[in-house]
Amino acid sequence: MLADPVAVGPMVPRRYRVRGSTPETADTVTIELEPLDDALSDPAPGQFHMLWAFGVGEVPVSVSGDRVSDGVLRHTIRSVGAVTAALCDSAPGDVIGLRGPFGSTWGIEEAAGRDVVVLAGGIGLAPLRTAVARVLGERERYGRVVVLVGGRSPADLVFTRDLDRWRARFDAHVQLTVDHADPGWRGDVGVVTRLIPRATFDAANTVALVCGPEVMMRFAAEALVDAGVAPARIRVAMERNMKCAIGHCGHCQLGPLFICKDGSVLAYERLAPLLGVREL
Amino acid sequence: MSVREIRDLLAAEAFFHDLDADYLDLIAGCGTNTHFAAGTMIFREGEPADTFYVLRSGKVALEIHVPERGALVIETLGPGELLGWSWLFPPYKWHFDARAIDGASAVALDGACLRGKCDDDPRLGYLLMQRFARVSQERLQATRLQLLDVYGNAR
Repeated sequence: MLADPVAVGPMVPRRYRVRGSTPETADTVTIELEPLDDALSDPAPGQFHMLWAFGVGEVPVSVSGDRVSDGVLRHTIRSVGAVTAALCDSAPGDVIGLRGPFGSTWGIEEAAGRDVVVLAGGIGLAPLRTAVARVLGERERYGRVVVLVGGRSPADLVFTRDLDRWRARFDAHVQLTVDHADPGWRGDVGVVTRLIPRATFDAANTVALVCGPEVMMRFAAEALVDAGVAPARIRVAMERNMKCAIGHCGHCQLGPLFICKDGSVLAYERLAPLLGVREL
Repeated sequence: MSVREIRDLLAAEAFFHDLDADYLDLIAGCGTNTHFAAGTMIFREGEPADTFYVLRSGKVALEIHVPERGALVIETLGPGELLGWSWLFPPYKWHFDARAIDGASAVALDGACLRGKCDDDPRLGYLLMQRFARVSQERLQATRLQLLDVYGNAR
């Protein structure tokens, strides 16, 4: 048994066993986790954990499923390096380490009474999945719910079962687009920002949640501002090189912000002046 | 469908928003209401480009045929969007194929008729060109973003 992690601080990982592993795409896997030690506190939508592949390294990964949305903790990981490849390869029964939860939340409670526009690109849907589940779970608290998802190709779309389920509802507008497709694809082709003018929402009374590649988020946030959404109500999930996750090491610094501690979800109003600074 | 009805359809579309009523009447005089069943080829690359379409419903795919790969979808267009601007410039030939994915309804505007009216009234021409320039700028920006392949693996 490990020493009490609370007593030794947030840098000590707790052991979790991989309960299941589901491929999402050719390079992306969702793993289900159960605690071997005392469970970490429940993450709020938008927060992330640091995941240890023991003997390989540690990476930040957003929470894609929690006790509320799925009854189990889920992380969705894209294999882009040694640690993420090891995590993607983990099989049921394997043990990994977790620290957290860290960072800010989507703040969906503040969206009550407003329209909610969720805009995701690629694996950016992962940290938004629990937020969508919360909003749809308390549907009567929100105005229109719009979910706009972009991907590289139909084969690269993640959470397709969830997307089908959300689309089957009559109280949410869900639209998908991909950058490239063969004629067999009956959905949209084009960048995800082109879906914004096609969707119906009250821009003056909308909270937008945006996650995806940073370039996409910049264009998406600007398109939302052009549509009339206030920059203070556009929330963007940033990604940087997070190491300690508690604002000590400075690896994830963006100007005056530590993305791990002040973010990763930040208001576009705060981020916009920093995103255009190349030296950051 | 009467010119008045065509004008009312055009007035409801964002592209014609705030355009003088007289100009809408002029433009509507070049228009007809049209419908394409799912799967219909609306035009093909190389054919004369004599029309542009204001889509009212359904979805249209812009495609290009690539040897050994077949037809590739470049972009899809939906309600409120414009299909085709090759009618604006010589040699007035389509550069891509357009196919109705779902049944699509549109107002079809005769390109030669519209060019004639723009030549007769340069102010109308300027107002329309401003709007076409904006649409083409938005599509160019989107295409640039598409070319970045932002979802690709950064390795």
